[in-house]
Amino acid sequence: MLQFLIRRLIGAVVIMFLIGAFTFFLFYAVPQDFAALSCGKNCSPENIAVIRENLGLDQPITTQFWNFMVGIVAGRDFAVGHCPAPCLGVSFKTGDFVWESIMDRFPLTLSLTIGGLIIFLLFGLGTGMLAAWKRGTVVDKIASGASIVLSSFQIYLLGPIVLGILVYQTGWMENPKYVPFTEDPAAWFIGLLIPWVVMATIFTAQYTRMARSTMIEQLQEEHVRTARAKGMSRKYVFFRYAWRGSLIPIVTIIGMDLSSLLAGGVVTEFTFDLAGLGRLAVESSVTKDLPLTMGAMLFGAFFILILNILVDIAYAFIDPRVRLS
Amino acid sequence: MSDNLTLPEQQGATGTSVETLLEVEGLTKHFPIYGGFPIKRKVGAVQAVDGVDLTVGVGESVGLVGESGCGKSTTGRLITRLLEPTGGKISYAGQDITHASRRQLAPVRSEIQMIFQDPYSSLNPRQTVGTIIKSPMEVNGINPEGGREKKVRELLELVGLNPEHYNRFPHEFSGGQRQRIGVARALALNPKLIVADEPVSALDVSIQAQVVNLLQKVQEEMGIAFLFIAHDLAVVRHFSQRVAVMYLGKVVEVGDRDSIYNRPRHPYTHALLSAVPEVAVDDEADDKERIRLAGDVPSPIHPPSGCRFRTRCWKAQDKCASEEPPLIQLSGNREGHLTACHFPEDPTTEPRAEDVVMDPALKALEDGETEEPAAKTAGD
Amino acid sequence: MTTLTKTEDAPNPTGSDAFLSVRDLRVQFSTEDGIVKAVDGLSFDVERGKTLGIVGESGSGKSVTNLTILGLHSTQTTSIDGEIVLDGKELITAGEKEMEKIRGNKAAMIFQDPLTALSPYYTVGRQIAEPYMKHTGASKKEARQRAIEMLAKVGIPQPQTRVDDYPHQFSGGMRQRAMIAMALVCDPDLLIADEPTTALDVTVQAQILDLLKDLQQEFGSAIIFITHDLGVISDMADDLLVMYSGRAVERGTVREVLRNPQHPYTWGLLSSMPRLGGDTAQALTPIPGSPPSLLNPPSGCPFHPRCTFTGEVTGNRCAEERPTLGVGRASACHLTAEQKQTIFIDKIQPRLR
Repeated sequence: MLQFLIRRLIGAVVIMFLIGAFTFFLFYAVPQDFAALSCGKNCSPENIAVIRENLGLDQPITTQFWNFMVGIVAGRDFAVGHCPAPCLGVSFKTGDFVWESIMDRFPLTLSLTIGGLIIFLLFGLGTGMLAAWKRGTVVDKIASGASIVLSSFQIYLLGPIVLGILVYQTGWMENPKYVPFTEDPAAWFIGLLIPWVVMATIFTAQYTRMARSTMIEQLQEEHVRTARAKGMSRKYVFFRYAWRGSLIPIVTIIGMDLSSLLAGGVVTEFTFDLAGLGRLAVESSVTKDLPLTMGAMLFGAFFILILNILVDIAYAFIDPRVRLS
Repeated sequence: MSDNLTLPEQQGATGTSVETLLEVEGLTKHFPIYGGFPIKRKVGAVQAVDGVDLTVGVGESVGLVGESGCGKSTTGRLITRLLEPTGGKISYAGQDITHASRRQLAPVRSEIQMIFQDPYSSLNPRQTVGTIIKSPMEVNGINPEGGREKKVRELLELVGLNPEHYNRFPHEFSGGQRQRIGVARALALNPKLIVADEPVSALDVSIQAQVVNLLQKVQEEMGIAFLFIAHDLAVVRHFSQRVAVMYLGKVVEVGDRDSIYNRPRHPYTHALLSAVPEVAVDDEADDKERIRLAGDVPSPIHPPSGCRFRTRCWKAQDKCASEEPPLIQLSGNREGHLTACHFPEDPTTEPRAEDVVMDPALKALEDGETEEPAAKTAGD
Repeated sequence: MTTLTKTEDAPNPTGSDAFLSVRDLRVQFSTEDGIVKAVDGLSFDVERGKTLGIVGESGSGKSVTNLTILGLHSTQTTSIDGEIVLDGKELITAGEKEMEKIRGNKAAMIFQDPLTALSPYYTVGRQIAEPYMKHTGASKKEARQRAIEMLAKVGIPQPQTRVDDYPHQFSGGMRQRAMIAMALVCDPDLLIADEPTTALDVTVQAQILDLLKDLQQEFGSAIIFITHDLGVISDMADDLLVMYSGRAVERGTVREVLRNPQHPYTWGLLSSMPRLGGDTAQALTPIPGSPPSLLNPPSGCPFHPRCTFTGEVTGNRCAEERPTLGVGRASACHLTAEQKQTIFIDKIQPRLR
């Protein structure tokens, strides 16, 4: 198991490097004058030359790449000052360090993700299991029907509706806003409640369907039938045998969703006008702030890799066949 | 019992005298296993087939029996070149095809055909029966007299299917009929050798006989040689003139049908035959030796040294671990009856004075807790 | 060993001392294509300590019957009629809680493929211990001890350590032994073995079959042994029930049914399988056609479309009238007893040489 982990971590580092290299060359290979881009509208050739030198753009591309990679590991000096260890470069537009911009936005994204995750796991898996337990009954039919309807909804549709009702018409709640948890937990909670619920509603519907179908599949497994043939109660078999088997597909999907949510829930952030990571990435792309776009992408890739490893570890806990092979 | 030994004696040895169509020498297939740390590398190999010698004569049907993991299916796939051999030599009609390229193989490929076990997955569900049977002719650019379609209809009729069903899809047929389609496809190129890998084991008992009879008809009337791979000893006996018994990647005994089934020498052959449950249609069927081995077949990743059967053999001695027994003709055996054993059994399947029971649980239950390591030291 | 008897001896004592008695069982599934009559009017008895073999091909209803005895069918899509009485207790009408007390305790089951029938997520020991704890109220420690004892009994080497292994760490034969240990852990009076050796190699099958027989002696359980393999049944069973298309077509002791079969389907089965002692020059005689659809079974005798002897029955009875299966030694066929005997001796027996 430990060997497996070490191998996976080494693999992750290699993949991160490859992704870094790939994005770097992809972006810097485009025939764009970055110095001109970062200079703004009224830009003299002298200014461009200065910027070029400051950003190291006058050096060969391999040297630039080397500097970029060294920057990530050890930090790097720019004209604006020293950029500490995970240095992803300097934003063309703001002149801020990319890493700092990302860290600025990340707490919001993390809050949004975790709150939503808790809600949709609880309700989604709960409803799905209930539907599987009561398969074929009215409860199942309502749960399945509602989940199909809700999962075809979109955040950008549901969000404004909820906002319209709860904020603009009745005035029961304020517009969503982000207050750091460390500052005021209650305000943090209230401020994000609407985005959580709206985002979680759509995920809940998807998780309900998934949990229901994997549970039903598992309940038809032969070893589940064996457990019943031994006289184990339906409840016991449901929660001990079928549920255990369902965890594998469920954990896989959670891992995938979580990594994409942590990289930034773009639609949610735009819908509720919250300044998170997804928004940062999209805006940087629109303004052609390439260091920022690259930074956001690498940051997202990092989560995908980490969650992949975490999911594999979870497999080992769930399934002894993985653990012992 | 003794009187039925005399009759097939003359025909027994005929299998070896015919012209050789396929000759396999020291055929080996190792599937590498990767693992290790920190860099994955080859750490071992599944020795699926490890030095198999086999011949099939023109028009002869040879059976290959053994339990799961003995390498019989892999052997079939190596011969049809669906797998690349690790070592050894395969000659077909005098031509070495062991490592022949696609192009070199082309003329031979049409002559060696394969029938698979699972009639459900070996036919493309999106093709009509006509297309399925026709495709080998198309691939090999063969244009039979009267056109391919006519040939397909003839083949359908030959295997006992309605030629009108030319445009139907595989799922419209039952399991037995699908296996007939597989047979028709194999026959499309007028093969000289058919490798049939468990062709009837997925079928119901009543359907098995239909397919066995069809294969037998094909074999006898069209003079096609068969390598019939199966785990069912009774079916193999019914179908094959000669039989090879495999254990853990090696042929442990080979010979004409009568020698293998009535005069086996290798302890494993004895154990296999003894284990086959027989329908007692009369009293005679009860009269056979009882041998119960212990445990399952060992892993082909780390096969036992020397004789591979020794870990389950009641006659095993030190020599069996140190020295691999060669596949040779033992004294008293007929021509072509070869056995790989240092301490062969008597050539009979009659009941023994004392049953061989190696399984500890059975032994405990049957002996009523009287532990005695009997039978183990007998027979030098 | 024993002399060949010409005709059947005493018929099976039916209904008198049966431990399990199934009467006119009908099991139907509703599917998208229509109603599947999986079991259609089946009656049989199992005596205490005896083995009843049920033989049939796929779709004959043999497995469904036995899942129904333990109430393991899906309740929503299945409708069940008839009577299943186990040791004086009616099972079809029994509630779920009562059934849970019976399953694994009074009646246990062994399935075909031990790889899929054992949970990959729990140790073998735990899976054996679970029903023991549930049914006897034993503590975890006692149950574990019992699991080790059972593993030793079925011939697992080093049971003290192997008890903590997972099923995938066992070989195929060992898994089936573990399954047997699991089924016998509460000393059941009835053991239902559904193709328990079909997934195993022949030498391992021989070990497992002998083990089952020896354990039956020790535990005194009645066994229902389901298989498609007449050879296995010949070795294992006392009584035999031949099933076709959800119905019993022939019944008797194993000796009677295999040595003097009276139903054309049984004849077909026997003459279509090669035997080690058979004459290889004798061609196999397959049963023509394919097994019937359970959605739309043939009228009258379900075997009549594949039967070669319908001409010997007057009129069109085979297609119109469903033959009944009498009590005791019986076969559900319109041929007269004499016809059956003559056909068997003249036409069938020579094929079985």
